[in-house]
Parts: sequence; C-alpha cells; structure tokens
Amino acid sequence: MSLVPPLLAVEGLTKSYGGIHAVRGVSFSLRSGEILALIGPNGAGKSTCFDMLNGQNKPDSGQVRLLGEETTGKKPREIWRMGVGRTFQITATFATMTVRENVQVALISHGRQLFNFWGSAPDVDRNEAGRLLELVGMSGYADRPCGELAYGDLKRLELAVALANDPKLLLMDEPTAGMAPRERVELMRLTAQIAKEKSIGVLFTEHDMDVVFEHADRIIVLNRGTLIAEGSPAEVRGNPQVQAIYLGEGLLYEGGHREGASA
Amino acid sequence: MAFYVVQFLTGLASAASLFLVASGLSIIFGVTRIVNFAHGAFYMIGAYIAFTLTERFSGAFGFWGGVVAAALAVALIGVLVEMVLLRRIYHAPELFQLLGTFGLTLMVEDLVVLIWGPDDLVGRRAPGFKGAVDFFGQNIPSYDLFLIVLGPVVLGILWLLFQRTRWGVLVRAATQDRDMVAALGVNQKWLFTSVFAVGVFLAALGGALQIPRDAVHHAMDLRIIVEVFVVVVIGGLGSIVGAFVAAVLVSELNAFGILIFPKISIILVFLVMAVVLIVRPWGLFGKPEAAARKTPGLTVNPWRPLTSNERLASLAALVVAALLPLFAGNYALTVGSEIAIFVIFAVSLHFLMSVGGLASFGHAAYFGLGAYGVAFLAKLAGLPMIVCLLLGPLLGCMGAAVFGFFAVQLSGVYFAMLTLAFAQIVWSIAFQWVSVTGGDNGILGVWPASWAASPSHFYWLALGVAALVTIALRIAVFSPFGYALRATRDSVLRSEAVGIDAKRIQWTAFVIAGTTAGIGGALFAYLKGSVFPDNLGISLSVDALVMVLLGGVETVSGGVIGAIVYKALNIWLVSQTDLSKLVLGGFIVLIVVVFPKGIVGMLEVLAQRRRKSSPPGSSLLAKPIESAE
Repeated sequence: MSLVPPLLAVEGLTKSYGGIHAVRGVSFSLRSGEILALIGPNGAGKSTCFDMLNGQNKPDSGQVRLLGEETTGKKPREIWRMGVGRTFQITATFATMTVRENVQVALISHGRQLFNFWGSAPDVDRNEAGRLLELVGMSGYADRPCGELAYGDLKRLELAVALANDPKLLLMDEPTAGMAPRERVELMRLTAQIAKEKSIGVLFTEHDMDVVFEHADRIIVLNRGTLIAEGSPAEVRGNPQVQAIYLGEGLLYEGGHREGASA
Repeated sequence: MAFYVVQFLTGLASAASLFLVASGLSIIFGVTRIVNFAHGAFYMIGAYIAFTLTERFSGAFGFWGGVVAAALAVALIGVLVEMVLLRRIYHAPELFQLLGTFGLTLMVEDLVVLIWGPDDLVGRRAPGFKGAVDFFGQNIPSYDLFLIVLGPVVLGILWLLFQRTRWGVLVRAATQDRDMVAALGVNQKWLFTSVFAVGVFLAALGGALQIPRDAVHHAMDLRIIVEVFVVVVIGGLGSIVGAFVAAVLVSELNAFGILIFPKISIILVFLVMAVVLIVRPWGLFGKPEAAARKTPGLTVNPWRPLTSNERLASLAALVVAALLPLFAGNYALTVGSEIAIFVIFAVSLHFLMSVGGLASFGHAAYFGLGAYGVAFLAKLAGLPMIVCLLLGPLLGCMGAAVFGFFAVQLSGVYFAMLTLAFAQIVWSIAFQWVSVTGGDNGILGVWPASWAASPSHFYWLALGVAALVTIALRIAVFSPFGYALRATRDSVLRSEAVGIDAKRIQWTAFVIAGTTAGIGGALFAYLKGSVFPDNLGISLSVDALVMVLLGGVETVSGGVIGAIVYKALNIWLVSQTDLSKLVLGGFIVLIVVVFPKGIVGMLEVLAQRRRKSSPPGSSLLAKPIESAE
C-alpha cells in the first residue's frame, strides 16, 4: 500500500431504496490530475453514486475518502470546503446576478467572508473572478445577468464557479448534457486542459460516448448498481461484457450509440 | 356531557362554511398558484347579496334560490375579476397577485358599506330549519344540523367533480404541473378562469349560508381570510379532503378552546398551524411539492450600488425632507414622522423579501414587539427614552431569532404562512395576556423625553433613524453577506454547493429584518404615546407587504418609495374622503395592472429606455422585429 492516499477512494458504496439496490458495493479510486468517466445505461446507479460522493445522498454502507479523510455523511457544503468543486446536470446558477457576481459569491464563500456586512462585495476578489472567467473563456460576459446566458455559456460559468475554491477534485454530473456537439467537445477539452495544468482530479458521468472516449483517462462502467468494468478507453471499448450489456450491438464503432439500450 | 356534545356539533356546523371557503382557496392556489387575498371579500359579497336576494324573494324557494343565485352572481364577478385583472398579472413577480387581490379587498370593503350601509344586517332564518332540536336539555339549532350534513355532501360532490369529470382531471393535472398541462394543448386561459369561478362560487356559497347564523357585516372578510389560510395550510394546499379535515379541526379547536383554555383560546389554532408547518410543512393531506419551475429569461436588471450622482440626489432629497419643519405645521410633521417610521418598517421587510426572497406575511410581529419592548421598558422599568429606544428593538430581535429559526426551514408560501402563524401567536398573546400587556386597552402613556417631545424634534429623530437604517441595509445588500443572501434566494442548491449554509444566512437576514422592524416599532410607540395589539396585527403586516410590492420587489430600495407613497396617500385619503379604501384599493389595482414592476421598477424601466433610445434603432419597440428576422 502506498503511503500517499489516492485523491478519491471509494469503497463498497451501497444504497438501496426499498427493495431496489440502486448501488451495490461500488469501489474505485481516482488520482490527482486524472480524468475518470463514470458511465452506464439509464438506471445503472450513476446519479445515486454521484450524489453519495457530493453529499446530496447518504450511503447505506461503504466509505468515501478524500485524500484519506472521510467524507461520508458530510453535507455538500462541507465537502466543498474540503476542496471538491461540482457542476450539475441541469445548471444551477444565481440567475439574477451577473456572471462575475456568480463567481464572486463562490470566492466570498471560499474566503470565509460570508458574514461580512460592511465590505463592498463588488470589489471583493474582482480580479480573481476575472481570471477564472478568462480561464473558461467568459471574460466578455462578466457583466451580463446570468439569466440571459445561453445554456452552453451557463455550463462554462458553472465550471468557473466550481474552480473558485481551488479544488483538488471536480465532480461533473453530465457536464455536456443539453449542449450542441461542438460546444461539448470544447467544454471537455477546456476541462481536461485545466485538470492537467492544475493537477485536479475529475470524475464525470456522461452519456455522449464521443466525449467519454476522447477525454477520459480511465472509464468505470456501472450496470444495475454494480461495477462491471474498469480500464482505459481502449480496454473498456473492447470489453465484451460492456458491449453486450451497455453498448448494445457495437453501434459504437459506427460513431453512434443508443441511450439506455439495455437495463 | 350533553353540553360538550352540543359544543362539538356547533363546531361541526361552523366547519361547513369554513370548509367551503377554504376548499375554494385551495383549488385556486393549486392551479393558478395565486394566493387569493380577495377570497374573504368574495365570501362577504356572497353573504351580502344572499341577504338582499333572500329578503326580496319569498317562500322556501326564495331563500334557497337566493343563496344559490347569490353564489352564482359572485362567481360571475369572480370570472370578471380573473379576466380583467388576474390574467394580466399571472406572469408578474411572485406575490404580486397578492397585492392585486388585496387592492380588490380594500375596494370591496368600502363598496359593501356604500351599497348596504355600515350596520350589521341580520338575515332571514332558513325555511324548514327555523327551530331547534332538543338534545338532553340542550338546544341545537336545526340549521346547524343541516350544515353538519351539508359539509360532507359538498366534499362528496367536489370529490366526484375532481375524480370523475374531464375538467376535474385537468385541474388535478394542472395542480401538479401546469406547464405540462399547457404543453398538452389544454386551453390554460379557460381552465384558470373556470377554476377561479368554482373557487369563488364556493367562497360565496360559504358566505351566503352563514346568514341565518351570523349577522352580515363589512369586516367579515378579514376574519374569515385568516382562518381560511390556517385551514388550507393545516390541511395541505390543493387538498380538498385536507381542507375538510382541517376545517373541522380548526372549528372544534375554536369551540372547545374557549371552554378548556379560555386564556389562550385564540392562540390555540395558530399554535397548531405552526406545529403542523414545522413538522409537516406540506400539511396533513398535502404532498411535498416539487420546486416550481423558474420562469426562464428573468428580466431583472443586475443590481448595482448608486452612482455618485444618484447618491447626491438621495442626499438632496434627505436634506429637503429635513427642512420640512421650517415650513410645515405640527400635523404635517407628525404625518412625516409616521411616514419615516413606515419607511423603516418597509425597508426591513424589503430586505427580507427582495434580497432574501423570503416574503413574510407576519412582519408586523417584530414591529409590534419593538413597540411593546419600549412600552415595557418605559412604563414598567421607567427607563429613559434613549435607553428604551436602544433596548426596545431587542424584543423584536429576540422574537425574530426564535421564530425565524423555524421559518427559514421552509420557503415560498409555506414560509409566508408560518410567519403569519407566528405573528398571530404574538398578537394573541398581546391581546389575551391582559395582566401584562393590558390586552385590548394596550399600554398608554409612552411619551418621548423632552428633547424629542416637540413634533419637529421627533420628526428629525424619525427621519434620521430612517435614513441611517436605509443606508445601512443598502450597504448590507452590496456587502459580501448581501451577495450570499441573494445567492441563497436564486439557488439554494448552488449555494450549498459553494459552501454556503443557506439556512444560517437566511436566519441572519431574518434577525436583521426583525430587529430593524423593531426599531421602527420602538419609534412608533413614542410617536403614538401608546401600544396596542394592532401594532402587531395582520393588517399591519399586509400594509408592509403592500408597501414593498408597490415600490417594487425586484428593486434595491423600492421599500422606501413604496412606504412614502402608500402611507402618504393613505393618510391623505382618510382625511379627504370617507371612501379612502375604495380609492386606495383602486389605485393599487391600477398600479398592479399598469406597472407590474412597482413604482421604482417602472422608473428603472423608463430610465433604461431613455438610455437605450439614444443610438437609433435600438428602442424596445424595435426589438420584436429584430428578433423575428
């Protein structure tokens, strides 16, 4: 066993609703700077798994450790304080605030200025907010109200917000859902680039196999709550079990896939 | 024993009418998401019209025909109101419909006096139910027995209507997801209109059926609306069965509360409501509601601090206001002081509502607690004015800390209802704990110290405090805390995901708002020289809501303008006309329809238009054509 614990270590994660085992004994780990895709057909337990990692949901049993420290049972905001940024499947932003203000809120929270009643918030971390927006290519939108943005821009804003606490780990739930194909590639390219530069571990779920195979360093496959495969994109692509259970009749090689083909 | 049975039956009879009105409100809210404040007014008109018709017609058919005809007539009025007023404001900011229906209520209160006179009207007995039934030596009016049967019958009819008819299915579907129903090609306009008509019909029927039991009078709307809110909340919004059970529960609490706990009879119902909301926010029979879909494309202008020019202008306005004592008489100065105090009150609620997105329906509680705090300190402890002014608001602060802790666990209309319940609890205590609060007689003789006694000095004091409070809250809006508060308003999910403890932030905002309202109340006690339970009553809470909405809930400082306009207009109208409510209500309805963004919101739109119209071709009017290309 190595002395340095992995960035993220998941062990025996289990959750059931009534008689349905949504997630059964899932274990995996993630290194810093690594991009790990969590895939599986609809109903495979991806979202349940994800929610247990970010604190939205409590596992029945099993553990999640971030750099050796237990995060199981912690609230989302506590997990964020431990250095985990996240984006949502359906974007969640502060719609009446400007793009810059959205980032500033995260920075204010990170700087523990939330109960500062007298300071001038527009000036707090203004430069830092600008830098983050530049990083995701949103500088030109800084003063636009967030409610006006196109969906792809909202996704990029979420990425900037997620990066505000200098995270060690990014959790991205279907980061490219609802985006145009070209935007998808751009967003994931950007994410991968930032992850490598800052040595951030990224865990993402995704339905778009083009995105998954192009950007993931490693892939884990869930089916009916259990982990059925793990490996490099090439290994997973070649795994007959994955092909049979998840990908169906090899449509992948023609560059397409059918969502929720099995399960 | 027989006495208790009779008491129980009386409670059941009262429940029938309450159930009719509450089910109507519940249905309307379920589908249109409108908190129909005018529901009590429709109930009242139903009673008045039924009174007239039953007097005019004769015989058994005359009475029953009159009751039903009255309900139908009021339902028609409801249709008119829905088509002319509500249709225009479904997409206005949340709760703006409340302001509109409140305006209607004000108008109706004056209109019924105009038409039927100010005296109580005692209606006819129902033919066939004139006598009483003997029950072990106790008399039960036979009409009560009729009502006891009627309640479940109406429940059954409504149940059939909702389970067995196409319309009922649509209504239930719309209650769950009205966007989806619209997407399925249902004509939403007429669905809403018909739902509103049915709801109003039920309210009016409830009122009409009351005439053999109670005298008809022009304040019956406010009394019923509070009880109806309680019933709907306990039963669960949108649940008919829940409304029935809760109506029975509330009526029995009222019937037995007065026997068993005479000292706290009023409080009892609100205690139950508060407990239900805390334990089961969606009510006994309601279902936890999925968060409503946010209207896409919010058109809110990003808030920004005042520019230096605007600061100068505000300062100039303040200086002008401070010069008032040079040319105004004592009466005008007293009015000025009152307006300044209401500015404090309004900006405190505005902070909670606009910045925090938490619309309190019981904000007067903290205003009144501040006033009572001062009265206790001044009268019981005999402390000097300056100490009282500093410490009195702490009572408001403590009240807000305790109640706010529970209230911020909820959101939206449930938050509103819980704050209403808390306010009514505080009001009941002030009203019934006579030995300490003086009850209805209040606490008299709270006079300012000599340095603040003259109208001009007091005016300067009130104006100064109002200015300080407004500036401080404005600073808070643009402080990191203000950003965090707005963040929790916009998205609790995202706030938590960036490390913000949303409940704690909202609780803090609640305490700030409550304390600030307490400061207003403290000054108010000295202005009036007395405190009464009315100082924390529901009509004062509604006043605060109206001031905020009138000024513009989406603005930073709309509360200031809203308070000045509303209060000045109110005071002026009362001095000018006997029909002040009619005019004021009409004015509010007009504002709602013509300027749905409130006064300040409207000014902002105008200013923006002017700014944008300088480069040619970019005016607002040209926009649709551009986007059509």
